[in-house]
Amino acid sequence: MNNFTPPALILIFGSLLIPFLRGRTRQVYLVLLPLLTVAYLFSLSEGIYWKLKILDYELIFGRIDRLSLAFGYIFAIITLIVSIYSLHVKDNLHLISAFIYAGGALGAIFAGDFITLFVFWEIMAFSATYVIWSAKTKKAVNAGMRYLMVHIFGGLLLLGGIMVYYKETGSLVFNYIGLKGLAEWLIFLGFGINAAFPILHAWLPDAYPESTETGTVFLSAFTTKTAVYVLARGFPGTELLIYIGAIMTAFPIFYAVIENNLRRVLSYSLINQVGFMVTGIGIGTQLSLNGTVAHAFCHILYKALLFMSMGAVLYRTGKINATDLGGLYKSMPLTTLFCIVGAASISGVPLTSGFVSKSMIVSAAAEGGMLLIWIALLFASAGVFHHSGIKIPFFAFFSHDSGLRPKEAPIHMLVAMGLAAFMCIAIGVLPGPLYSILPYPVDYEPYTPSHVIDQTQLLAFSALAFTLLMLSGIYPPEIRCINLDTDWFYRKGTRLFVTFSHNVLAKIEYNIIGQAYEYAVIKPLLKIANFLKILDSSGIDGTYNGMAKGSMKISNILKEIQTGRAHDYAFIMILGIISMIFIMLISFLI
Amino acid sequence: MSSKKMDKGLKRILTIFYIFLLVLIVIDLFIHKHDFFGFDGYPSFYGAYGLVACILLVLVAKYVLRPLVMRREDYYNE
Repeated sequence: MNNFTPPALILIFGSLLIPFLRGRTRQVYLVLLPLLTVAYLFSLSEGIYWKLKILDYELIFGRIDRLSLAFGYIFAIITLIVSIYSLHVKDNLHLISAFIYAGGALGAIFAGDFITLFVFWEIMAFSATYVIWSAKTKKAVNAGMRYLMVHIFGGLLLLGGIMVYYKETGSLVFNYIGLKGLAEWLIFLGFGINAAFPILHAWLPDAYPESTETGTVFLSAFTTKTAVYVLARGFPGTELLIYIGAIMTAFPIFYAVIENNLRRVLSYSLINQVGFMVTGIGIGTQLSLNGTVAHAFCHILYKALLFMSMGAVLYRTGKINATDLGGLYKSMPLTTLFCIVGAASISGVPLTSGFVSKSMIVSAAAEGGMLLIWIALLFASAGVFHHSGIKIPFFAFFSHDSGLRPKEAPIHMLVAMGLAAFMCIAIGVLPGPLYSILPYPVDYEPYTPSHVIDQTQLLAFSALAFTLLMLSGIYPPEIRCINLDTDWFYRKGTRLFVTFSHNVLAKIEYNIIGQAYEYAVIKPLLKIANFLKILDSSGIDGTYNGMAKGSMKISNILKEIQTGRAHDYAFIMILGIISMIFIMLISFLI
Repeated sequence: MSSKKMDKGLKRILTIFYIFLLVLIVIDLFIHKHDFFGFDGYPSFYGAYGLVACILLVLVAKYVLRPLVMRREDYYNE
């Protein structure tokens, strides 16, 4: 049993069986698969496993040490919780893509070399895109496409960095990198896009709120935290990260205050929380790195809990804007309770998980004498309470009565939220077990009288600010609107660019690329389609009907992709470039 | 009638909340602080900071950020 497969593969290959199961068996299987992953991870011991020799190059699928294990545990645990939350989902492809995405994240954090890391990195990008598309709305398809393009760009930066790095050092082992030259900068930026560094962050609040009620919970857990892991592995103590992280904690909370879509509010606060982790990596002391890992662990739980509670609201009411909600506590009391636990945890209320993890990073900044950073982190702590701690539960469940009286969330959703809420409080009350899995020995006591009273004051007086602003009517009213972010540059900016260069680009597009595309893609596709048609008509039984449904779904998505817009076609070109680079990379390794 | 009752309930909650804040300020006086920068050891520094920070946050978001970035919901034509 021990070490028989890389942990990622249980979810990735296991998910492929989902379409063949029905009813109760399928539900049991959906819970069993992540449960098996959790059990398997806890049975693993430190070491290097699953080396695969290709040519004279070694792929390492399992670098198991304290840093990767801590992330592995929480990734597996959250997959289990969200799987329970997703039991009502009928769409098989949605679940498969979500499981492959979670498996990809496990693969990435256990990867010991750059090639394995890159492969799982790309698996995550593509499967996450499908998770976004699963909402099957036009908005989701467009946002997913933008998500994919941003992440393909990030993947190219990473790949370019890896190639230059290999040429310079002759090694592809993924260890400490540090910002030295071009290679390291490219890798850094590739990681940074997934970590939602400021300016590069817009994909996150753009895409995450558009997925399904369950898809968004999956998304909230993996991409940014995998990026946190690789930054902690490759760039600990990089001073620049302190400033990047501090900006990340501060700017999103301004957006969160004026944002109307509550899942988008949570997306901005996600960036704010990842900012704490990035700052911790930048400080680079044992305390701060422990804080980063602990905070990632707790954050995944309470952020998922918050997204699950908002998902339950969306599932029951079909609405997610603050302007449309309010007063739901009357008919959804348990969801309200779980949401409040999540809100308390993200705010760092004593006896919840956020209190015992976030404070390690803030203390590390203070011990390092970084006054400005410390002030920024404190501001962010107060601010996150303001928008995630108060605004989310207040506008969804209290505030003005919307008149909506939806049913309480389904039982499996309540179980999943209950599990997450239980863990948030358990970690807050007994931080010992969490501290024991951190990378370095922990010599930190969160529950000192002064720390408890300071944090309580910070939160209580932030709540006072909210109360006073509400009572005086100064608090900005919720307005149906959207708020521009840096995605404007590729949403509106590219359109201007396309109009500007329409004549030149169009000619190249139609005369050269169009023809090449016709020969290289469309004709073979047609042939394959004909072949499939023959196959399909030859055996019209249940199995083929199932397959046909699946391929229809895919072709529907393909149809959506064929929008006729130049920048969508550019994406296909990028895919081509990636495969070209891949081929080059392989020949270059030989 | 019911709205009056609500107001009464809200008033009671607010009164309890204000008393809680006062208690926090009083307790704070008796707790030994380990300060890092000097000023963070002052009594109720954290409370004062939280209050000011959040009011500034909301004012800046409302009067600076919103006029800059707010657009109609169909701005991107989707």
